Amino acid sequence: MSTTTIPAGTKWWSGGKSPFNISYGKVMMWYFLMSDAFTFGAFLISYGTIRFSVNHWADPNHVFNAFPFAGHANLPLAFVSLMTFILIFSSVTMVLAVHEGHQMNRKGVEKYMLLTIIGGLAFLGCQAWEWTHLITGTHDVLVNGKLEQWGTTVTKNPWGPEVLHNGQMVATPGPIAFGGYFFGITGFHGFHVFSGVVINIVMYIKTKLGHFDQRGHYEMIEKAGLYWHFVDLVWVFVFLCFYLV
Amino acid sequence: MSTASLHETTHHADHADAHHGHHKETFITKYVFSQDHKTIAKQFLVTGIIWAIIGGLFSVIFRLQLGYPDATFPWLEDFLGHWAKGGKLNPEFYYALVTMHGTILVFFVLTAGLSGTFANFLIPLQIGARDMASPMLNMLSYWFFFLASVIMMASLFVQTGPASGGWTIYPPLSALGDASMGSKIGMDLWLVSMAMFIVSSLLGGLNYITTILNMRTKGMSMTRMPLTIWALFFTAVLGVLSFPVLLSGAILLLFDRNLGTSFFLSDIVVAGKVLPNEGGSAILFQHLFWFLGHPEVYIILLPAMGMASEILSVNSRKPIFGYMAMVGSLFAITILAFLVWAHHMFVTGLNPFLGSVFVLLTLLIAVPSAIKVFNWLTTLWKGNIRFTPAMLFAIGFVSLFISGGLTGIFLGNSALDIHLHDTYFVIAHFHIVMGVASFFGMFAGVYHWYPKMFGRYLNNTLAYIHFWVTIIGSYLIFWPMHYEGLAGMPRRYYDFSNWESFKMFGGLNEFISLIAMLVFAVQLLFVFNFFYSIWKGRKVTTLNPWAANTLEWTTPIRPGHGNWEGDIPEVHRWPYDYAKDGIDHIAQDVPVGAGESKH
Repeated sequence: MSTTTIPAGTKWWSGGKSPFNISYGKVMMWYFLMSDAFTFGAFLISYGTIRFSVNHWADPNHVFNAFPFAGHANLPLAFVSLMTFILIFSSVTMVLAVHEGHQMNRKGVEKYMLLTIIGGLAFLGCQAWEWTHLITGTHDVLVNGKLEQWGTTVTKNPWGPEVLHNGQMVATPGPIAFGGYFFGITGFHGFHVFSGVVINIVMYIKTKLGHFDQRGHYEMIEKAGLYWHFVDLVWVFVFLCFYLV
Repeated sequence: MSTASLHETTHHADHADAHHGHHKETFITKYVFSQDHKTIAKQFLVTGIIWAIIGGLFSVIFRLQLGYPDATFPWLEDFLGHWAKGGKLNPEFYYALVTMHGTILVFFVLTAGLSGTFANFLIPLQIGARDMASPMLNMLSYWFFFLASVIMMASLFVQTGPASGGWTIYPPLSALGDASMGSKIGMDLWLVSMAMFIVSSLLGGLNYITTILNMRTKGMSMTRMPLTIWALFFTAVLGVLSFPVLLSGAILLLFDRNLGTSFFLSDIVVAGKVLPNEGGSAILFQHLFWFLGHPEVYIILLPAMGMASEILSVNSRKPIFGYMAMVGSLFAITILAFLVWAHHMFVTGLNPFLGSVFVLLTLLIAVPSAIKVFNWLTTLWKGNIRFTPAMLFAIGFVSLFISGGLTGIFLGNSALDIHLHDTYFVIAHFHIVMGVASFFGMFAGVYHWYPKMFGRYLNNTLAYIHFWVTIIGSYLIFWPMHYEGLAGMPRRYYDFSNWESFKMFGGLNEFISLIAMLVFAVQLLFVFNFFYSIWKGRKVTTLNPWAANTLEWTTPIRPGHGNWEGDIPEVHRWPYDYAKDGIDHIAQDVPVGAGESKH
């Protein structure tokens, strides 16, 4: 019985058509993102379970009303809107980098990758400021009949229901799940942004060194882009869960 | 895009050629940091065997306690030190042993050892690829597993002992360091080790999926893939989508343990002291755990199903019965695997209505399972059966899957489960259906593909002894446990001799322990056979010793990195053309002849 082989020089690994007709690297990235979506999904569903099992939750308009250099001005959600804008804008520059990559325009890719990196770093900087502000900024909390000064941490929540104390409305300790989930989930997201920035820096350097020009395509930029857009998308859900509802 | 992928293709082809062509490999690059999928498979297999010996030995030690609760074994003290003072097993360490037995066997042996070995070994060989999509990530997958192994191994030697809250690590036992000896550093090491393990499983799984989707040789359409590949594909999908949820749970649990959060803790009083924790939910952890934990059962079982399908067909000299039904049932099981996790939680106070939904979905799994069983039996029916060791283990797998699967129908009923939950009935059920059955699938795979792995045969006499003692022994161990469980004997107890109602099982427990030791000893015989045959086994002299149709048998007897010396074969037919038109077998790379009937 005679057998056949594939003549040399033909594409030897795509005999059966790839169901998605994209390169293996992109398939791999998509499946990774699905996996990562389940990680975030588990976090956010856990958060939802606990949040809706307690009677009181911190009001985001109170918790997130500060802005750098604005003193005690009451600016609800202004800063997080800026953060969100920065991150979404970095997604736009990422799209442009991918587009320039398709045109094989190295200079263009460099420019937009740099802007994306700056956007990512700016977002991380904002998050660092917000965390610091929450942890170090103290508030009056009525604990066992005495006033204490509390910051927002994973074990302390000064945003509980308010009661009348010496003729003033004062907060009582809120559910400690607030800090745990807020810092846990935004931290995990921040870690993803950080990884994305590192990946983007590597891509930027590789672009500068001309690796992708030698390779003849900028698919790596596209894959980094998929990851970056995913991180942005996750932020939309994190934003929704912690700041809007 | 097409130019891009074409470019990558040639790039990789050059890479693969370079590997089995010029450029010398050192011992380190060939056997340690190897990127060859076949070597990585062997690394997974050997590491899995080492873990299996350790995990099995643990069961022998705690079976000693269960079988002989009043006896002392002075040699145990030499072996375990202060965990067995005076030859009597410490109760705390008993729990550590059962916890680690479960952890090791479920994750390190039957997940990494099974999928890691056969997905790596068989996927490129059976779909006609030179290597995995990313050999580098594949290598990292093994080394993350190795790291996880080292950490888990280290936890066995810390002063307070390894994790001991059961392999399901339910909080609060796992969340409070003061809850037990095993809740201290051993638990942290468990969680960190599992995080590494999940990374390993993710890297491996991504590779298996993309390799199967994108790297098939010409003509190897999805519906021409051997069932092993389909099974490994669904296994990888299950792993990639369920392990991350355990990762989330593990991270939150680490926070609870080390940062003072209360994700899984609420209002707890320990030794009269009120803990500051509030608002968390221990049940939440169970949901997160079982969202992985149930698919995990199928991560363990599906590769065994795939290999059994292949081996049954090859050794019955008949096409597999109902190929598309087999693929469809694998798919159905994969979907249902994600929708039944709460059947582990019927007694947690789950809403009874929700419970009944989970009962329905759980019992639905019986449908694809039965389809598979009947297809295996009809494949055997009137076959020209060769009772090779691999075939015996594959038939043993079917037998165990039926026996263990039937008790699953009992346990899937929430009403019955209230009585049977946490009894030896559960132990018997899951050991037969996923533990021993998957081991049988794994043994079948090792006996069948050993000639391809090492170019030598395993010793048949030892193999037959291994099979008969293991199958009879397994039934003798686990069958009686059903009766103990129905009588209400609870699992995870250190000593039953103080209960009037369970005293009558003393003799039975001793019998089970004796058989368990015998079966363990026979596994050592297999390990001896395995390692002895690598160097001294009978040499393989023909390319296709089992007269099988799949592509791995078209490679040289000892394939190098790149698998095929010349070009990769092109595929023209499905892999199950046995006894077709009066021809014994027609390999996949044989073109369809004129006037040949359709299968």
